[in-house]
Amino acid sequence: MSSKASIIASIKEIPLEATELPEIPRFEFSGNLTDNFSIAISNNKGAVISQTQLDNFITSNGITEIIALSAGFDAYNSRTLPSNPHELDNLQLAIIQGQLGVAENGAIWLTDENMGLRALPFITEHLVIVLPKNSLVPFMHEAYEIIGDQQSGFGLFVAGPSKTADIEQSLVIGAHGAKSLQVILI
Amino acid sequence: MSHPAKASEFLKDPDKAKWHDETLWFVRDKRDNSSKGIPEWEKLRGTASQIKDNVLANLDKYLLAFEEKAKANHIHVHWAKDAEEHNQIVLSILQKHKCKAIVKSKSILTEECHLNPFLEKHGVDVVDTDLGERIVQLLHQPPSHIVLPAIHLKKGEISDLFHEKLQTQKGNEDPEYLTHAARTHLREKFLAAKVAITGVNFAVAETGEFVVCTNEGNADMGVHLADVHIACMGIEKIIPRRKDLGVFLRLLARSATGQPITNYNSHFRSPSPGKELHVVLVDNGRTKQLAREKFKNSLKCIRCGACMNTCPIYRRSGGYSYGSVVPGPIGSILSPGLDIKKHSTLPFASTLCGSCSDVCPVKINIHEQLYEWRQEIAKNQGLNVKKLSMQIANGVFSVPFAYQMSGALLRGALKILPSSITYSGLNTWGKQRELPEVPQATFKNWYKKNKA
Repeated sequence: MSSKASIIASIKEIPLEATELPEIPRFEFSGNLTDNFSIAISNNKGAVISQTQLDNFITSNGITEIIALSAGFDAYNSRTLPSNPHELDNLQLAIIQGQLGVAENGAIWLTDENMGLRALPFITEHLVIVLPKNSLVPFMHEAYEIIGDQQSGFGLFVAGPSKTADIEQSLVIGAHGAKSLQVILI
Repeated sequence: MSHPAKASEFLKDPDKAKWHDETLWFVRDKRDNSSKGIPEWEKLRGTASQIKDNVLANLDKYLLAFEEKAKANHIHVHWAKDAEEHNQIVLSILQKHKCKAIVKSKSILTEECHLNPFLEKHGVDVVDTDLGERIVQLLHQPPSHIVLPAIHLKKGEISDLFHEKLQTQKGNEDPEYLTHAARTHLREKFLAAKVAITGVNFAVAETGEFVVCTNEGNADMGVHLADVHIACMGIEKIIPRRKDLGVFLRLLARSATGQPITNYNSHFRSPSPGKELHVVLVDNGRTKQLAREKFKNSLKCIRCGACMNTCPIYRRSGGYSYGSVVPGPIGSILSPGLDIKKHSTLPFASTLCGSCSDVCPVKINIHEQLYEWRQEIAKNQGLNVKKLSMQIANGVFSVPFAYQMSGALLRGALKILPSSITYSGLNTWGKQRELPEVPQATFKNWYKKNKA
């Protein structure tokens, strides 16, 4: 008997009482979507910024290696998306379009379509996500309702920069992935 | 070695033990603030618990549905009865790709299967990429906590280790400096690896996708740069529907560290063009645990670690005192199912205070199962010292005269007994504890005198 058959057979042998699969409850949201989202992002050590602040960030950090995939931000592009993700190793800034944002925790949904290469939002030194204000939803539940049966090969909820607290619980930003996450709400 | 014996090792450094206790309590506190910040917390726990009950009752159907969908999405699905078969499957994929160096993100399952030593024996260089896991790997230690693998180490020890292995400045203990040194070191490994291994937090039967949660982004750095991604999961990680993720992702990070969500929550549904994606479904004792009516609920665990952070025993004895891959309260109800002899002291490493059950995001009755395992172990073993002392107590409590006499004797004895006897090896509870002051009279005598 194959391992699959034997695992399934051992489960079938066990008398298990039937139980209901519950419906996901709906929860009341009180507050302002934009305010709550911005607070959540900053609690996650990211920031909501304006386009002027982005320009200042690029200048003050001397950033020259930029890939911008978000519509309306083409002018920032300094290079095109390579076919091999290893070539992104020296990328300083990626500007990508987010699909929706969650007010309770700052999570932003991206799929293959937004990322071009799956490695992009991780390997870039800094990440900027452009997100329409009207895409904000209160909780994860509404987010998954909108995502529905979307058929992307890869989807990501990103909520902040790469971080760790593995050394004595001291929070450090920039463990392996992006050292900053900034969101431009439009 | 028993839990008390190993806990004594940990307690040899009282300052570090105190730091460990306070640090984990700080994490527990963050969990409390976070969960209390959302009024629907209890409703979410209840829903998550019901979803997991439904999973356990339909595990075969959900596994088959997951496999069918995953295959349709070009994921290779493998089934492994035990750790050995799991390790062989992983090795055969590596051999097919002639791969001698891999990167791996956190996976408790691969720890359970002892994958690293197996692969190393076969000439594969394994690099754990979670910072805490990399630290313990460089020290040739296992993780001491499932979420905070290096919580038993102080920054001075990590500084010394990095100075030796990563050539950092001697004596520089700054966590930011050390983390960024690890970033540079691991970036090279990410760029060089052909195969990346990850664990799985949730696998969705409805869509055939699976979700991996990290804060560091190390799982994604590995898999998106490699040609082949192998995801290893216990069969209990299945959930029915995509929308169930909304419930679990709200609970997981809040319970683990107090964050509202982990910073990276990656949903893998099909491989990138030209790449390979494998999922290994592992039983390794899970179907046996499912068949144990009293203990099957332990399979609802989502590995948040909240029960460890809150446990008064775990905080004061350290993860290594358990001698099991998953330590703490949840480990103490999972491990005896795998090897009851080896783990016979674990269900006793608890005060049965119930705090573990109170914080569990999927409402596992952990402390009740600890109590149940004690019954099973007592049935398996003969008379022991604890049992004997309970029998003496039983005799004393059942005869009023004996009770009164023993009370008077003890009150006298506590005053005069040298602490070497009170804190003898037989009485493990005496360790790290002071006895209370002895009252002048019994309550009975006090009442007689004062009732007027």
